Amino acid sequence: MSPTPLLQVEHVTMRFGGLFAVNDLSFTARPRQITAIIGPNGAGKTTLFNCITGFYKPQVGRITLHQDQGPVYLERLDDFDIAKKARVGRTFQNIRLFARMSVLENLIVAQHNALMRASVFSLAGLLGLARYSKAEKLGTDKARYWLNKVGLLHLADEDAGSLPYGSQRRLEIARAMCIDPLLLCLDEPAAGLNPRESQELNTLLTGIRDEHGIGLLLIEHDMSVVMGISDWVVVLDYGRKIAAGNPAEIRADEAVIRAYLGEPDEAEA
Amino acid sequence: MAAVNLPRALRDGVLGAVVAAALALPMLGFRLVDSSQALTLGFRFDWVLWAALVVGIGRFLLSLSRDALPGRLPALALPNWGERFPKARLYLGWGLAGFAIVLPFLPFADRSLVDKATLVLIYVMLGWGLNIVVGLAGLLDLGFVAFYAVGAYSYALLATKLDLSFWLCLPLAGLFAAGFGVALGFPVLRLRGDYLAIVTLGFGEIVRVILQNWQDFTNGPAGISAIPRPTLFGLTFTANAPAGKTTFADYFGLEFSGDHRVIFLYFIILALALFTNLFTLRIRRLPIGRAWEALREDEIACRSLGLNPTTIKLSAFATGAMFAGFAGSFFATRQGFISPESFTFIESAVILAIVVLGGMGSQIGVVLAALLLVGLPEWFRELQQYRMLAFGGAMVLIMLWKPSGLLSHRAPTIRLGKEKAA
Ligand SMILES: Nc1ncnc2c1ncn2[C@@H]1O[C@H](COP(=O)(O)OP(=O)(O)OP(=O)(O)O)[C@@H](O)[C@H]1O
Ligand SMILES: [Mg+2]
Repeated sequence: MSPTPLLQVEHVTMRFGGLFAVNDLSFTARPRQITAIIGPNGAGKTTLFNCITGFYKPQVGRITLHQDQGPVYLERLDDFDIAKKARVGRTFQNIRLFARMSVLENLIVAQHNALMRASVFSLAGLLGLARYSKAEKLGTDKARYWLNKVGLLHLADEDAGSLPYGSQRRLEIARAMCIDPLLLCLDEPAAGLNPRESQELNTLLTGIRDEHGIGLLLIEHDMSVVMGISDWVVVLDYGRKIAAGNPAEIRADEAVIRAYLGEPDEAEA
Repeated sequence: MAAVNLPRALRDGVLGAVVAAALALPMLGFRLVDSSQALTLGFRFDWVLWAALVVGIGRFLLSLSRDALPGRLPALALPNWGERFPKARLYLGWGLAGFAIVLPFLPFADRSLVDKATLVLIYVMLGWGLNIVVGLAGLLDLGFVAFYAVGAYSYALLATKLDLSFWLCLPLAGLFAAGFGVALGFPVLRLRGDYLAIVTLGFGEIVRVILQNWQDFTNGPAGISAIPRPTLFGLTFTANAPAGKTTFADYFGLEFSGDHRVIFLYFIILALALFTNLFTLRIRRLPIGRAWEALREDEIACRSLGLNPTTIKLSAFATGAMFAGFAGSFFATRQGFISPESFTFIESAVILAIVVLGGMGSQIGVVLAALLLVGLPEWFRELQQYRMLAFGGAMVLIMLWKPSGLLSHRAPTIRLGKEKAA
């Protein structure tokens, strides 16, 4: 285990009226590791993601992302700055693609900030300067790389909305990778996938972790994914952390079985 | 086929008749009669009766035959030209542009035709401007005419009070309008859809009301007249040159003709419109243009990718407004006279209708829709009073048959396929 954490969540509390969706939650996620967040429906997993990525501002707590240049306190940043400056990428539980834009365009939009800089806020592009076309070429190359990774290269010019469900999920991951994240948060990426697709997803995610050195935060109900690829598991119930440990420990944890996993053989899947 | 449902048809018919009568009573029933001394209120009972009867019987018949009719209107069997002939759109665009350039020199092009074409082009340009805001960025703006007004008044005031030339005022007017675009953008940043539409509508009215009431500055309802005409590198288009100036006709040794000015104005708006079009086509392929479209598709996803929605929205409002500002200053110089009357809500509605009818985001669609909605009524002046009726009818038909507009096929702004093929 590497000594410095990548993400540090400390005493985070997110209330909606009287409901504690996330309650005094603390955990750390390490670089080059897949940290799974599991728990029953309504446990507060998506709310936690929204706090990390700035869509919600927690009432209490601190969320720190450790970059090489020093720590960044995420709860102080706007959502778009968390993607832009802190470089935290995410996907959504109910897929959010730019449906009427092509697959390739989805990935190009994700590189907006880099391309804006290269095009001097689009002005260089407006004047047709070579500088922009070179930047766009690099952007296309990156997009092609990720499309190839997720197996969508042959569909690059199709409308994103016309893809089948499983492909849309993979496209959303590819799009999030195009912002060059340090931390990638995936909200139920295996939901609705068939077993083969789910297996491919495992390969993709471990590839992202091992080849690109990115830390992953993974919300997942599919135990074959969670137990198969995660290095660390955090279990939530009613907004609280009820357990944390490596997959084997979690599988054997009494509290987790009671609250979430149920009968042990069910967890095998 | 299902059995005829007579009771239901009767009920529908009676209901339709009652509603029609209720509507016809105030709208058709009452009329002012000018009886030499005073105006008196007349009443046309027969008109109301006829309206109720026609609607009632029509509804009855429709209801009777409902089961025989297909459940919903079949989608118009218009092939998707854009998809089938990817190049067709390009050729059509060049063809239209070429035709527009030679139009004033064609044998049948008289002064009134060029004049009408100028009017159509104003709306094409406004449509293209609004297309950036509505079609690309997906921000429903019902107050677009405000920026048109700002552009027109900017030129009118700068020219009449400070004696600045049209060519200097044109960029200034665009700049002012863009400034107003940002000013409108700020308060509505958090709004979308219907809410945004209502606030922008209010904004449009505010601008008009200010123009109407700020007597000292805008001359109120009386408007601004004697707005200078544009010159071609200092050459005027008048019969006799003002002191120190040369007329266009003298310089080129031509017989003076009023047509020259009309044709000159036509070319100005053509150039402005083509500039708008080229700008839009270009910017759609640039980061900012793609960000507009992404924002239209999903704002939350945009945020998650590090796109700042504030700057993206403001830039869309400002850019669209800038083109309205250009068009506005052209309008002012063409008319020579402007008043708040020219900038009512109905103008915003017409421009929006052009964009929606044309197919959101489609450049050629806007041209076709402008020809249809602005050009046709100009040729059939006698039918002017039915214009709004035709308008509404066209919108209803389009929404039934082609809900996404006349030309709605969107081609990606960048392709891998082409690179592979090349
Ligand atoms: N914006 C909100 N306003 C009010 N309550 C909310 C809001 N978002 C989430 N909640 C509540 O917070 C609790 C946690 O929701 P959350 O979506 O985080 O659960 P989850 O763990 O992601 O569940 P699932 O596995 O079903 O996705 C739920 O009770 C939910 O109703
Ligand atoms: Mg959830």
